[in-house]
Amino acid sequence: MRWYWIDRFLEFESGRRAKAIKNVSLAEEHLHDNFPYYPIMPASLVIEGLAQTGGLLICEHGQFREKVVLAKVPKVTFYSEAVPGDTLIYTTTVEYIKDEGAMVTATSHKGDVLHAEAEIVFAHLNDPRLGSLFEPETFLRMMRLLGAFEVGHAADGGPLRPPARLLEAVNGTGA
Amino acid sequence: MPTKDEVFQKIQTALVDALGVDEEDVKPEATLVGDLGAESIDFLDIVFRLEKAFDIKIPRGELFPEDILTDSKYVQDGKVTEQGLSELRQRMPFANLDDFSKNPVVQDFGNLLTVADMCRFVEGKVEVTD
Repeated sequence: MRWYWIDRFLEFESGRRAKAIKNVSLAEEHLHDNFPYYPIMPASLVIEGLAQTGGLLICEHGQFREKVVLAKVPKVTFYSEAVPGDTLIYTTTVEYIKDEGAMVTATSHKGDVLHAEAEIVFAHLNDPRLGSLFEPETFLRMMRLLGAFEVGHAADGGPLRPPARLLEAVNGTGA
Repeated sequence: MPTKDEVFQKIQTALVDALGVDEEDVKPEATLVGDLGAESIDFLDIVFRLEKAFDIKIPRGELFPEDILTDSKYVQDGKVTEQGLSELRQRMPFANLDDFSKNPVVQDFGNLLTVADMCRFVEGKVEVTD
């Protein structure tokens, strides 16, 4: 099972805001256990999708140098259930990014209707013994699969591009 | 310019939001770690909420002086040295270090800070009317 809880980015404004889509489908295995003949997307996986949307935003701001991990969800409220056939739009907005961590406010919408909202706090793990949590190739692949570079804008408003250090790590140091 | 009551109320809100505790739990004598259950990840959150609520900047280590507590100059055998204590007193005029000084075990430091200390800290950074 691939741990992707968003399907595609609709917007990606570096360091500021990101919007992503999550389609809930009967083809998802776990929905048939949760629950048999009454499929509901687990709230924890909505939070995970919001965290992925916000987390990649935080990671990209730091050029994927920091190890960004979901650390705390101070507040979260759900107003309805997400069921197969729903298209959820996740929007995450950066509240702060500091050396030690970051926070986003996040919402999930079904069309215009608010489905859920949350605050999500991330920590930057700086223990050098940990090395990297992901290979650079994984980040690059994830961002490409999710269309980040197709819709994204860098801080200066220009098109979002993969950070040089990621490309170098994947392709080897070029000329 | 906020009053002391307004400062307390804003700090109360910040702690309720960051720590998920009830308003009634946030009493002036409550300790952040022992009574309110704050953990290390919470301190970042608390500092940000205070900065936002009072429109102030709180440089790293100003409220929670982790740089002193992890410096081998100031900590030996798990206890803060005299030099370390003097540094702490200088950096934290808003806190009462007398009890801690009697047995300055670093591990215990986390439980020092009370809500009242935080009020005094903020009062030291903004102008307060009473």
